[in-house]
Amino acid sequence: MGVTSTRNGSPFHRVAGKRCLLQLARVRFSPIVMAQSAYLPGVRIEHAAAHDAPRHAALVRITHWIHATSFLALVLSGIAILLAHPRMYWGETGAVGGPSLFDLPLPFVLDVPIRGPGRYVHFLSAWVCLLTGLLYVISGFLTQHFRKNLLPKKSDLALKPILQVVSNHLHLKRPTEAESQTYNVLQRLSYVVVLFVMFPLIIITGLAMSPAVTSVFPFVVTIFGGQQTARTIHFFLFIFLVLFLLIHVAMVILAGFTKRVRAMITGYSAARKERS
Amino acid sequence: MITKVSRRRLITTGLATAAGVSGLAIAAKIADRYGLLAPDHHGILGAGEAITYGAMRLLTSHHSLAREFHRSEISKVHPVNGKHPETEPYQLLLAGNFADWRLTIDGMVVRPASFSLDELKRMPSQTNITHQACEEGWSFIAEWTGVPLSYVLHLVGASPQAKWVVIHPFDDFWDSIDMPDALHPQTTLAYNMNGGEMPTDYGAPLRLRIPRQLGYKSVKYLSRLTVTDSLKNVGDGLGSGAPSAGYSWYAGI
Repeated sequence: MGVTSTRNGSPFHRVAGKRCLLQLARVRFSPIVMAQSAYLPGVRIEHAAAHDAPRHAALVRITHWIHATSFLALVLSGIAILLAHPRMYWGETGAVGGPSLFDLPLPFVLDVPIRGPGRYVHFLSAWVCLLTGLLYVISGFLTQHFRKNLLPKKSDLALKPILQVVSNHLHLKRPTEAESQTYNVLQRLSYVVVLFVMFPLIIITGLAMSPAVTSVFPFVVTIFGGQQTARTIHFFLFIFLVLFLLIHVAMVILAGFTKRVRAMITGYSAARKERS
Repeated sequence: MITKVSRRRLITTGLATAAGVSGLAIAAKIADRYGLLAPDHHGILGAGEAITYGAMRLLTSHHSLAREFHRSEISKVHPVNGKHPETEPYQLLLAGNFADWRLTIDGMVVRPASFSLDELKRMPSQTNITHQACEEGWSFIAEWTGVPLSYVLHLVGASPQAKWVVIHPFDDFWDSIDMPDALHPQTTLAYNMNGGEMPTDYGAPLRLRIPRQLGYKSVKYLSRLTVTDSLKNVGDGLGSGAPSAGYSWYAGI
């Protein structure tokens, strides 16, 4: 493990060989390195016991819960907005009296005052979601969190290992504690798709419904072929992301709710007493 | 030891909070100075609104144009929200086919004026075919003809210090827009829709058309425009009737 950190030549490691105090201070307290050190178990091992490396870095834990809160707020406020007009169209325009793509089996809620406040909440939580998302993505690239922990390993992208994981899931097999220390190939694939396909798309389709944004960047809406198409895709992405959330929570329960949630709050799956 | 840590933590938390609050207050002052602060920026929900409006004002230049469409793309269905006002002043004007109707412009202008419909129609006109989306989710494309609001504002000599134009209609949906939107080339006082007279329920005799924002900002049944540098004393001070009903003042979303 120690070799790994030498090979990738992190700034943290370079310090060991140099004597410049200023540099030491700078590197030690740079937020990137502080976040990075949590991802580099090798560096930690030299100073402390192996089990002291947290399962999730502090930045991942903090952004996870802020993101979870703002995402829930986006879902609920999104439903409040949707209920004003639960009818989907394709193309540039669409309204009652004209053809729809499909009608959701939901009432048109116009008299209950939920969608106005819903809009305020939707845009506030969209900002929180976007800004924490950006923080997470930038740090994920800088610390190589994505490359190491989220990008599926080449060896895992074969039929056999994938089928093995699928079979584990279908048999509702609880992962071992060792398996819980890393993400399996299905987790990695779904996290990558959610992070780099669905979230960017739901943001862009949201922006495509803003006449102010499309006055500056018309392609944001024209790539989808119209504002109502963008609204419909925004809706489908909402369905996919909610399904992802439900499966995510189901898997957490299956894998051991207390331990997994504790790992995402404190960084460790075991309680403090058990660890020492 | 524990006391020391918690005291230190208390002091740092306190200082951080104080710095955060005063930082926010300074940010709000600066944003206000550069016309980046929405009138409904108060409270927790207003925070999102403040960021959205500030970001949009930085992003959209004064001349970024809302998309325009071809005549063949005009929608066949144009739903309308709400009926024309039942109030007596409006009913009387409607009965007289708006011959006695006038649009008053006052406030921070050199030459306060009021214009009849014919006078407005003799001014330079602009026609645009634009998308209008209701905040509920539906939308349509229509052709609108009117006089650019910027032309009227120059005619009456709106003050360079002015920041907002308050829009008073015959119904309850009073509103206001900022000067960048008021002077925007596509913002018009529209009297024609799809080549004909403005239909009554669509805002006759004159409505605002502001295609870079959602439909509810395109106020119908106009009566008076007031040019001002402060919205504090207008209505509830939130810039529009919309925020108290739960809708954001800025609808460029």
